[in-house]
Amino acid sequence: MADNKTSQPAALTPALRPLSPHLQIYRWQLTSVMSILHRASGIALSAGGVLLVWWLVAAASVPEAYNAVQNFLGSWLGVLLLLGWSAALFYHLCNGIRHLVWDTGHALDLRSTYVGGWAVVGASTVLTAIAWVAGIWHWVG
Amino acid sequence: MSRARTAPPSRLRSPLGRARGLGSAKEGVEHWIAQRITAVALVPLALWFVAAMIGVVGADYDTMQDWVGRPLPAIVLVLLLIATFYHAALGLQVVIEDYVHGELARIGCVVVVRLVCVALAIAGIVAVLSLALGVAD
Repeated sequence: MADNKTSQPAALTPALRPLSPHLQIYRWQLTSVMSILHRASGIALSAGGVLLVWWLVAAASVPEAYNAVQNFLGSWLGVLLLLGWSAALFYHLCNGIRHLVWDTGHALDLRSTYVGGWAVVGASTVLTAIAWVAGIWHWVG
Repeated sequence: MSRARTAPPSRLRSPLGRARGLGSAKEGVEHWIAQRITAVALVPLALWFVAAMIGVVGADYDTMQDWVGRPLPAIVLVLLLIATFYHAALGLQVVIEDYVHGELARIGCVVVVRLVCVALAIAGIVAVLSLALGVAD
């Protein structure tokens, strides 16, 4: 208020407070990115649920229907989607546990949110890698 | 203050809140609780699901029909389908309420998402049960 250049009353001059973040100039942080990814992975997993039901209904249906799903899942697009969905599942699972811990009122300080955040990134990456190594191992062997 | 005494201890809502069906955010606490309960249930269910999927990689039609129809996979798959689509409906509702403005469009989207989730869950459960009970084929 002291260095107002105009003679307007203080109530009419815009206060020099920080504005709400503009996405273009927003400095990304682990915590906000993980929050957005939790939502995005949840939406992706909902779409994955459609595939699960398609697969189960096809298995209960005629062989042609089941083979159509298996052929799609074996294509490069199918494998890519499965890779994405498995990563989304492990991420949403690990970060969901982080959210459940928060719901008990624990680990809400800044340091814990970062330690937990990196733990979730590491755990979901390792679990996805283990699942794919095991899956390929089982497929080959 | 008699409210605290008359309310059953298991209920988290006040009698007035229950009668109105609204919380401080004009929304019940049931949504929040149900989201957490399904989340906890999905931790073991999702881990089982991934392990099970690794086990049936590349399974042919007959193998798959046999596997889904076995008691343990059938039971856990039904539980997984219920928890998954319940949790998905609740989560997608929150996303819709955040981004879809206009009351009619918002309610419309939530209703459609709920109906689709219920339909998918029922379709999946019927498929599993038809294999488990030997109705399929």
